[in-house]
Amino acid sequence: MQTTWTKKVGDALLAPAIAVAAALVVSSFALLVSGHSPIAAYRAMGSFVASTDSVVTILNRGAPLYVVSLGVAIGFRMNLFNIGADGQYRLGALFAAAASSAYSLPRPLHILTIMLIAMAVGGAWAAIPGVLKVTRNVNEVVSTIMLNFVATGLSAYLLNNYMRNERVENVVETKSVPKSGQLPSLNGLIENFGFHFPRLTVLNGFLPVAMVVGIAFYVLIWRTRFGFDLRMTGASPFAARASGVKPARMIITTIVISGALAGLASTGFLLTDFIKYNETFPLGLPFTGIAVALLGKNHPAGIAAAAFAWSGIEQASRGLLDEKIPPEISRIMLGTLLMSSVIAFEVVRRRNLTNAVRLAGLQAVGRAAGGPLDTETQPPSPAAGATT
Amino acid sequence: MNTITRRWHEMNSWQRAIVAAAGVLFALSITRVIADADDLTSGNTFIATVGTAAPILAVALGGLYAERAGVANIGLEGMMILGTWFAAFAGWQWGPWAALAGGAIGGLLGGLLHSLATVTFGVDQIVSGVAINFIAPGVARFLSSEIFVGAGSNGEGTISASPNIAHSMGKFSVPGLSDGLKSLDEKRWFFVSDVAGALRAFVDRMAWSTLIILLLVPISVYVLWHTPFGLRLRSAGEKPSAAESLGVGVYKMKYIAVAISGAFAGLGGAWLVVNVRQYNEGQTAGRGFLGLAALIFGNWQPIVIALGAALFAYGFSLQEAVGKNPVKALYLFIAAAFLAMCIALMFGRKSWRAILGLAITGVGLLAYYFNTDEVNRQFVYITPYVMVLVVITFASSRSRPPATVGLPYRRGQVG
Repeated sequence: MQTTWTKKVGDALLAPAIAVAAALVVSSFALLVSGHSPIAAYRAMGSFVASTDSVVTILNRGAPLYVVSLGVAIGFRMNLFNIGADGQYRLGALFAAAASSAYSLPRPLHILTIMLIAMAVGGAWAAIPGVLKVTRNVNEVVSTIMLNFVATGLSAYLLNNYMRNERVENVVETKSVPKSGQLPSLNGLIENFGFHFPRLTVLNGFLPVAMVVGIAFYVLIWRTRFGFDLRMTGASPFAARASGVKPARMIITTIVISGALAGLASTGFLLTDFIKYNETFPLGLPFTGIAVALLGKNHPAGIAAAAFAWSGIEQASRGLLDEKIPPEISRIMLGTLLMSSVIAFEVVRRRNLTNAVRLAGLQAVGRAAGGPLDTETQPPSPAAGATT
Repeated sequence: MNTITRRWHEMNSWQRAIVAAAGVLFALSITRVIADADDLTSGNTFIATVGTAAPILAVALGGLYAERAGVANIGLEGMMILGTWFAAFAGWQWGPWAALAGGAIGGLLGGLLHSLATVTFGVDQIVSGVAINFIAPGVARFLSSEIFVGAGSNGEGTISASPNIAHSMGKFSVPGLSDGLKSLDEKRWFFVSDVAGALRAFVDRMAWSTLIILLLVPISVYVLWHTPFGLRLRSAGEKPSAAESLGVGVYKMKYIAVAISGAFAGLGGAWLVVNVRQYNEGQTAGRGFLGLAALIFGNWQPIVIALGAALFAYGFSLQEAVGKNPVKALYLFIAAAFLAMCIALMFGRKSWRAILGLAITGVGLLAYYFNTDEVNRQFVYITPYVMVLVVITFASSRSRPPATVGLPYRRGQVG
């Protein structure tokens, strides 16, 4: 009766607000203890981040982070913990980089096929823990982590022996992605609207890809049969099985999608700023993606906010160097934000659940008493919510 | 055949562990003779194995306490990282013994955070563990930037490395026994020398820190299965509502269990720090997860967990062994093991898919063995992880985790 949209939004924002407050308190405390002024720190971060260059960096880094986090989130949605995004991303990037220079196609097709290769490789690598879980009951957390190490060794082996650009002697790297395979920058498009970028500031073309993936994620989870089955499996595996959902198929499909998204995310760097795979290729992203998926509560909108907030804080922390404050404080900030968010989500969820149960109980009592009941003046017994 | 199976079932787990280890050792010593790879079973390899196993074992036993109390602990890696940092700090200030204590305390703090989130607030246990794995390296890095940078007698501390610990942890050898076994080991007689080599690992140049961790195995068996505390702890993981009805403080038990879990993981981290007398970023290198794998392999039983940790550590210590021959010989061993299992399966349950898979892998490994001079560096690096994966694959189908691992428990809930 009270679920107006303002209350809905308020409920959705309550947990993040608590989490942000907690993160601020803890990081301010850490700053104070180490002898720095929190006010100066936040001011430095704020002023550093408020520049076109910073915003573009945040968008460029946030977009692949968003995609990899969606991949992690789709598994989390059904309590499937794919910690192996690291390996899926790494192998996807390597194969896509190596394959891209082996053929040529007109631009949109070339880009599309490179992305499909990265997705196929990431998905195939993710299928291994899926099959192991389904056939042999192997815990996916352990198997995906072991496979991360295997992927590290395997990618080094393949790069050294089969995929290396022989023309470069000192550096072990693949050939560059040809021009026709690189994503165009968005600068030209946006400058049509009269906005001018500073020199050397390039807004990468992966951002629209990330948006498309986000929308596709939403449609898949909330508007398809598969998505319904997936959410039901996450909420209650027994109910799902009883209503005919095949767990084995769900697990394999989900983890393959998850791996494919990890692979796709790697092209956000490969087809833009990095254009070849070598040891400088950014590999920390999938690890962050796990945190971002949790922070965004496995929802595409939440993850979008989390991914850009995350890369925003990382970017902002660079401004701390001028103030002689260690930028590592951002790690404390992000860590506390993560932990206090998961706690706050849970507390708010329980509170809402208890309220709902209490309300239902009151209505039942009211009907039994045969008259309208004033919920405001008659407090329910506290036990009503707790013991069900 | 039947008597052997009956005998096996009559044994207690210590006896089984010894028989299994002796059997594997026998097979290994055949392999090392055929493959001419002495390092496969030399005393030095086994000494390295026990050392490498110690931190994995500590983490795995830590996981055992948490999971026996019904709290899944993916955050072991993070707790281990906290352990390494605090161990380095304490060690730098007060020496290696303080490092062990510091590591345990650091891990304990991580454990308390995990129990605060999962027990008090009822957060999903995997989610909380993942979060701790994320937070721990950040905390360690921030603390390093504040405390370690430029510290130490030569200013050797950096953001990713601590100042050196002044003294190393002492090592001990059992007098008489260590020399006798050493000379026997060096004779390289079939099986006899190999057994001597394996025994040397426990009496020759063992660090005190390793001994402490090894002692945790019998201690854990005693505490968890022979004390009222252990019974209460396990009941909190098997059927918390029943335990609660009998007056067991389930929340309290879970808190204590997860705190112990963190302390053990931190001790494992401290072992790493004391071993090289320094903290390095990324030092744990996934050992927290290897401990988790050992826990699953060990089917939540301390002695089998110890065997699992030894098995994984063996794969790693072969990497360090001189030359690349040992790893190559290991491939021969694995190929033989696969083909033997293949034959056993043909006589027993006929699962043609499994037989085919084993046969193909076995023959493939044999082919690789006979066509390769030296295993390349990357394959050597991958081998132990693949080993873990394969072992877990075979162990998982018959595993029986504590009944409520991963499920949140709220006081007063039904069922």
